[in-house]
Amino acid sequence: MNWQAVFPIVPEITLLVMACVVALTDLWIPGKDRIVTYCLAQASLTVVAATQLWYFSGGATYYAMQRMVVADPMGHLLGLFATIAMMATLVYARPYAAKREMLRGELFTLSMFSLLGILVMVAANNFLVVYLGLELMSLSLYALVAMRRDDTGATEAAMKYFVLGALASGFLLYGLSMMYGATGSLEMNEVFKAIATGRINRAVLVFGTVFVVAGLAFKLGAVPFHMWVPDVYQGAPTSMTLLVGGAPKLAAFAITIRLLVEGMSGLALDWQQMLVLLSLASMALGNLAAIAQSNLKRMLAYSTIAQIGFMLLGFVPTVVSGNTVSAGNGYSSAMFYVITDVLTTLGTFGMIMLLSRAGHEAERIEDFAGLARRSPWFAGVMAVFMFSLAGIPPTVGFYAKLAVLQSLVTTNLPGFIALAVAAVVLSLLGAFYYVRVVKVMYFDEPADLHPVGGARDVRILLSFNGAAVLLLGILPGGLMQLCAQAIVQMFAT
Amino acid sequence: MPLLSIAIWLPIVSGALLLAFGRDDRADAVRWAALVAATASFLVTIPLVTGFDLGTAAMQFGEKHAWIARFNVYYTLGVDGISVWFVLLTAFTTPIVVISAWKVIEERVNQYMAAFLILSGLLVGVFCALDGLLFYVFFEATLIPMYLIIGVWGGPRRVYAAFKFFLYTLAGSLLMLVALIYLYYKSGGSFDILVWHRLPLSLQAQVAIFFAFFFAFAVKVPMWPVHTWLPDAHVEAPTGGSVVLAAIMLKLGAYGFLRFSLPITPDASHRWTWFMVALSLIAIVYIGLVALVQHDMKKLVAYSSVAHMGFVTLGFFMFNELTTSGAIVQMISHGFVSAAMFLCIGVLYDRVHSREIAAYGGVVNTMPKFATFAVLFAMANCGLPGTAGFVGEWMVILGTVKVNFWIAAAAATTLIWGAGYTLWMVKRVYFGAVANAEVAALPDLDRREFTMLAIVAVAVLAMGVYPKPFTDVMHTSVVELLRHSSVSKIAP
Repeated sequence: MNWQAVFPIVPEITLLVMACVVALTDLWIPGKDRIVTYCLAQASLTVVAATQLWYFSGGATYYAMQRMVVADPMGHLLGLFATIAMMATLVYARPYAAKREMLRGELFTLSMFSLLGILVMVAANNFLVVYLGLELMSLSLYALVAMRRDDTGATEAAMKYFVLGALASGFLLYGLSMMYGATGSLEMNEVFKAIATGRINRAVLVFGTVFVVAGLAFKLGAVPFHMWVPDVYQGAPTSMTLLVGGAPKLAAFAITIRLLVEGMSGLALDWQQMLVLLSLASMALGNLAAIAQSNLKRMLAYSTIAQIGFMLLGFVPTVVSGNTVSAGNGYSSAMFYVITDVLTTLGTFGMIMLLSRAGHEAERIEDFAGLARRSPWFAGVMAVFMFSLAGIPPTVGFYAKLAVLQSLVTTNLPGFIALAVAAVVLSLLGAFYYVRVVKVMYFDEPADLHPVGGARDVRILLSFNGAAVLLLGILPGGLMQLCAQAIVQMFAT
Repeated sequence: MPLLSIAIWLPIVSGALLLAFGRDDRADAVRWAALVAATASFLVTIPLVTGFDLGTAAMQFGEKHAWIARFNVYYTLGVDGISVWFVLLTAFTTPIVVISAWKVIEERVNQYMAAFLILSGLLVGVFCALDGLLFYVFFEATLIPMYLIIGVWGGPRRVYAAFKFFLYTLAGSLLMLVALIYLYYKSGGSFDILVWHRLPLSLQAQVAIFFAFFFAFAVKVPMWPVHTWLPDAHVEAPTGGSVVLAAIMLKLGAYGFLRFSLPITPDASHRWTWFMVALSLIAIVYIGLVALVQHDMKKLVAYSSVAHMGFVTLGFFMFNELTTSGAIVQMISHGFVSAAMFLCIGVLYDRVHSREIAAYGGVVNTMPKFATFAVLFAMANCGLPGTAGFVGEWMVILGTVKVNFWIAAAAATTLIWGAGYTLWMVKRVYFGAVANAEVAALPDLDRREFTMLAIVAVAVLAMGVYPKPFTDVMHTSVVELLRHSSVSKIAP
């Protein structure tokens, strides 16, 4: 076997092998010892994360499998964070799932397969590989959401997720086939070169772009392709919501940048307009609809839509007349945004799971009433998450918003500055409902007097999660630098 | 020694420690720890004034460390003759607040004390920051503790007031964020405020930036017509919250005008002087009249704060040394006087649990020591010579006469309105016959309250009798500010 061809995809292969091992091992393990499966899964993920980190610190770019996949620093960084997010998700999910009879081997195997899908997408250099990864991830997630077969809400959520997800995949595939038809290649760099020649029928290209963007918007959950998000977030068991709303966002970002920037940046002017509309609509609808929610998971779903809208703004300042500075600025700020958003999302859903007990889902906003009296520490941690989502310093959410706004304003184009002002005004709406959660926790009397219990590992990880959001808010420089470096290296190749 | 960093982080770290280790079953230890931390934080700011170099307008006690390399953001601190006073004022107020809460706050004492300590550190940070982004981070971060203070320990309508406070301020400051980023771009990638001071800008850009700053700072000052959050916030906030709001947080807005609007957009400031003067006069006259008809003591003092801050903005936009120094002196004296007024209301409220003027009458008969203090502070509030309230107002009026007699005449009516609403309140609350059984049963000040009021009273009198140290320290910086803002920055 040619070592050179396999070397860049060692993490993916490891993950695949270990997912199979976990699935097989679990067959021989009785239900009460499921902790073994869990530890095995976590250990495998740790190895995967470590290899990603090792590749990233090497900083080199490799192509493999006849240039079907690319292993570059951006991919490694996103893959690293996706793996860490998955590990955190499993930590948060384990006690929650155990109390709801969902702690079965499938949970770990399917989670690992969905992560494999994410890693494949992150490393894709070919339209079909993107699609392959997307389907691997999505099919695992559909099954995970449906894991509580006897729960009508979860089943309904899974059904909606599946039907709409399949539709989106169809859109994406249709758009990609158009691109293939027009350019004669499935490989990103070739498509890029073909578009750059300018000899290709533009109508076909733009037509294809529309479908690609629509497919991506479905996966990202941007308005008007957002309909599945609130239902799935609310309907799925919270552990599965986190599986859907955590690491996959990093993958959605990765394929957006791979397809639109690496493959189709020649068509930037076309997709840029679409993204502006998607982003404004997402921020407006997401923030407005979130205000009216009483279910915290549904509110967070609308807030995710709004956050994705804000993140997409980072894609808007594209390469203008050969100058990649503003584009690099924009993409790296979007990357920073999505990474920190996933970090905060992990924490908020982790908190919902911490407060949920057997037979009680703490998913209404009132369930957080008076948390400051029941547990000052976790009320503080949750408040940090909420202020971060609202973008109030000194939390990391502020720097994410700052970075995106900065990439818009420094283009010095009046239209982009107006866009920044619009984004700022809409995020003010967002502040209202996030701060309302803080209000409920601190100003209201507790309705639920149970002490906050929860497994020790969940409590420790949640505390670390909160500390990370705050510490990255005080010293955001390092992560920003990593994102910028990854994007610069992506442009360089 | 990095004095400014210590002044910022000492209270923040001690607040965090109180949060982590404080418990209600050892509340007294928490109180003492908070008092020690607050006093220590005040003591470290004293060398800032004693070691201050009067001869230069440059920033002193500077510190600079790389912070966010990607955006070229530095942790830059420094004070000039203007900001040094606000650092001191903030640090001075915190121990007073801690003392004022000694007996009243019995639940979640550690959180209350920690909120004020952290808030104090952040406020010092606002006044010291010389990097635009650092300033913004401190400026916004102050919202969180104040929001919790109003919302957790406030009165019956605390939730409404806390939200109004939070959203109003956030709305104003978000536009400022866009302006800061724009300046970052214009200056070729720098967040250094002193670089921005020298940055040439077209008139159009200046006007846009001026108004972005205006919204942020006008809400904070607060200027008419965006002042409506203030009466709500003051009325609902606990005594300590009102004190810090009035004494320090209102100064953030005015300080912002000095540090950002005037030096960065001088041409726009000159062009829109009429607008600022008009709003200031409305605040002085109209809000003065509004204060006259209040039934609630805290509301009355809140409106009187708006009127007094009108004097400050008026002083800034007259562009001469007397008015600008006067306005700054007014800011400091208002810090003492309004804090004292709210402390007095707090003393009464702790006993009777009412802020209504009508619930009192003849308090002097049962609380003679307290009434002495209260009347002194009331006199300072209406600007009696010999008290701190007089100096600033007099300087502003005198300076304004030189520019325009009629503006000065309108502003001078504050002496009538101020005396009107303050003295009328004093008459109804303190003098006359004992109004009801509750007032008849009032115990006079205890040692703690006496100490607290005495400290402030000394400050009010000292500043009124001998304001020279204040004006001396700020003189060079004010002259430099005026010189700087009189030079057009419009790029050729």
